[in-house]
Amino acid sequence: MQLKVEHLSYHFGNKKALNQVSFELGSGFNILLGPNGAGKSTLFSLLTGLRRVSEGQIWINQLSMKSDRQNVMRHLGVVFQENTLDLDLSVYQNLDYFASLHGLRTKDAIEKIEGVLEHLGLSSRLDDKVRSLNGGHRRRLEIARSLLHQPSCLLFDEPTVGLDIESRQLILAFMHDYVSRTNALVLWATHLLEEVSDDDHLLLLANGQLKGDDICRRLVEDNGVDSVSALFNKYTKKGKN
Amino acid sequence: MYWQCFIGVLKREMLKFWQQRSRLLSALVRPLLWLVVFAAGFRSALGLSLIEPYESYILYEEYIVPGLAAMIVLFNSMQGSLSMVYDREMGSMKVLLMSPFPREFLLCSKLIGNALISALQVYVFLLIAALLSIQVSLLGYLYALPVIFILALFLGSLGLLLANYIKQLENFAGIMNFVIFPMFFLSSALYPLWKMREASEVLYWICFVNPFSSGVEFLRFSMYEKFALNEFIVLGVVTIICFFASVRSFEPKSNKPKKGS
Repeated sequence: MQLKVEHLSYHFGNKKALNQVSFELGSGFNILLGPNGAGKSTLFSLLTGLRRVSEGQIWINQLSMKSDRQNVMRHLGVVFQENTLDLDLSVYQNLDYFASLHGLRTKDAIEKIEGVLEHLGLSSRLDDKVRSLNGGHRRRLEIARSLLHQPSCLLFDEPTVGLDIESRQLILAFMHDYVSRTNALVLWATHLLEEVSDDDHLLLLANGQLKGDDICRRLVEDNGVDSVSALFNKYTKKGKN
Repeated sequence: MYWQCFIGVLKREMLKFWQQRSRLLSALVRPLLWLVVFAAGFRSALGLSLIEPYESYILYEEYIVPGLAAMIVLFNSMQGSLSMVYDREMGSMKVLLMSPFPREFLLCSKLIGNALISALQVYVFLLIAALLSIQVSLLGYLYALPVIFILALFLGSLGLLLANYIKQLENFAGIMNFVIFPMFFLSSALYPLWKMREASEVLYWICFVNPFSSGVEFLRFSMYEKFALNEFIVLGVVTIICFFASVRSFEPKSNKPKKGS
């Protein structure tokens, strides 16, 4: 699995949200770290095809987002920052709708990820309305849904925002475990430093530019700082570039 | 795979409709009020001459039934677009747009789901009208079905197009008032166009070119087992235009820097 971004730029009017961003990621857990307003969500909307790539290129498994968007979508599992569940439908109905949008039979898809549902504590809540779930369970459901069609590339845009520490840790641990079992590629956007571990591949984004692209530990050493927190501050504090 | 997707989108539309069962009631109350109250009051005031497709003089109630059926389709289609705006605000639109199937297919599936709901509402209305002794032949009811579908596809596409340019849910109701009411009142739904011509030539032409008039007349003719070719052509063309324009409006947005930046 490979995700390749080449010279990607995006503008809102005259404001550059992304400026010549290039990186290449392979299977494993990858973190996209950046403060609010760094361009993470713009990058995600381009990676997920919700915005059109006009400058630069995105390749997912050698498929171009520009010319082969529909096939790219088959490889993508996405969790957005905001809720995208239908609150008035049940857990099962939400999964059913998503499965059908990917041309799958729900029963088959759910059977395949039964373990995931159980691990995320959702198998007993299949008939409950999403509205009755708490924030943590809703996020878990979004994650379970993103895995339904067994995608090889998972894009998670700040999936733990607003959750308590326990829920955050559970979701993060689950995803690390999932990656090690399936060899999927995960790009996990966050602004929470505690979600970054030394062995993660880290992309550091600030002011629409990529400031770092390496294993976290190496980035910290090469920048002559003692922690990821110091690294983050170095590039994101006002006046620094 | 396409079939699974189509059924999934349809199922969701039906589920949402089932959850909002009061929608059926409100969809019926409006035309029934027109039929029972308004038509009774206006029966004597509005003398109808012998016009196509009718073969004899008819009561005003009978004249407005196809128009009211079209009104149900109009309101339901616009409500369908309202739910698109809601889906976009709630984020669930992203799930649809990230499907690997073509957007034309996804939006068309959604419109067909909406058309099914429209047809269901129209037939319940026609059943009640039949109980009030305003009925057509069995074949008339049957011929009306594809017309209701085409009309629903046209109005649904128009609604999608509008929904895409409406940024907030609150704005939708206001803008709909500028679409639904003019479209309905400036049509042949409530009065024949020759009546309008007697009052104003300008209004007559506005009503004449209103594609909703073509929909109403196409439906009226089909209910009396006649085929209105001109109306079919007009409705077919505007449906195709609106559909492709709405699909285009759902394409991902791109932005390039303004010149001089």
